[in-house]
Amino acid sequence: MSTETATETLDVKGQNCPMPVIKTKGAFDGLAAGDVLEIVSTDSGSMSDIKGWAESTEGAELVDQEEATEDGTAVYKHYVRKAE
Amino acid sequence: MSADTPPSSDGELSPDDVADLRAQIEALESEVSDLRSEVDEGSADKMVIIATKGTLDMAYPPLILASTAAAFGYDVTVFHTFWGLEILHEENSKDLGLSSVGNPNMPVPNAIAALPGMDRMTARMMRNRIEDNDVASVEELIETSLASGVDLQACQMTIDLLGYDEDDFYDGVTTGVGAASAFQDMADADIQLLV
Repeated sequence: MSTETATETLDVKGQNCPMPVIKTKGAFDGLAAGDVLEIVSTDSGSMSDIKGWAESTEGAELVDQEEATEDGTAVYKHYVRKAE
Repeated sequence: MSADTPPSSDGELSPDDVADLRAQIEALESEVSDLRSEVDEGSADKMVIIATKGTLDMAYPPLILASTAAAFGYDVTVFHTFWGLEILHEENSKDLGLSSVGNPNMPVPNAIAALPGMDRMTARMMRNRIEDNDVASVEELIETSLASGVDLQACQMTIDLLGYDEDDFYDGVTTGVGAASAFQDMADADIQLLV
């Protein structure tokens, strides 16, 4: 999964718990069926938080999660698909 | 065959008995299906938090849990009472206090922590840390919670007790509620927390 396959990107860099999950929920609600939301976060806790959120949310499928480094900062990327 | 409907003496069911049982089964089936649809349509999962503390550190747990639960699709009510009201008080919420006195986790001995001005300093240090760690402010969490549909309630009895006015609270805060409505919400909720 990469940035190119995502339909929309949510940038929550510089925001800590619980904001990444809350903003993910907000952006997810606005998606059309089949869309993939990319969430870019600097919060390491978002790895388990967004996974847990997707598991408990009907219609949300966690496609991928990856850790990268951008400008020397750890960045966590999540890809969530809205079910058809 | 249940014990209170003994079979006829020869152990056979008469056609009337069978018709009777059929009718009973049909009645039960329709009752079950009614109950099932009631449960299915039934309200979403629900959480109620009673927030009783108004220090800077204690403002966070209820607001973080409330907004997170809303993101999980829960109906959330936070009932603020006593010092928990400070969190919803638009002016006071921006300046919530924190004391080192009696808190053994703070790196200041009680004798020093008790000096005038120390509480303000402790609160300021904590506020700076919150900002440095990209943690949302109390105000942001309140706005986020309200925007996520969380029902933030201010206990009417404590509003009167502490001499506040309903207009002192953030727009969107529910006033005019008491213990009975909080209890009712708690009875219906899947999760109830006292903070």
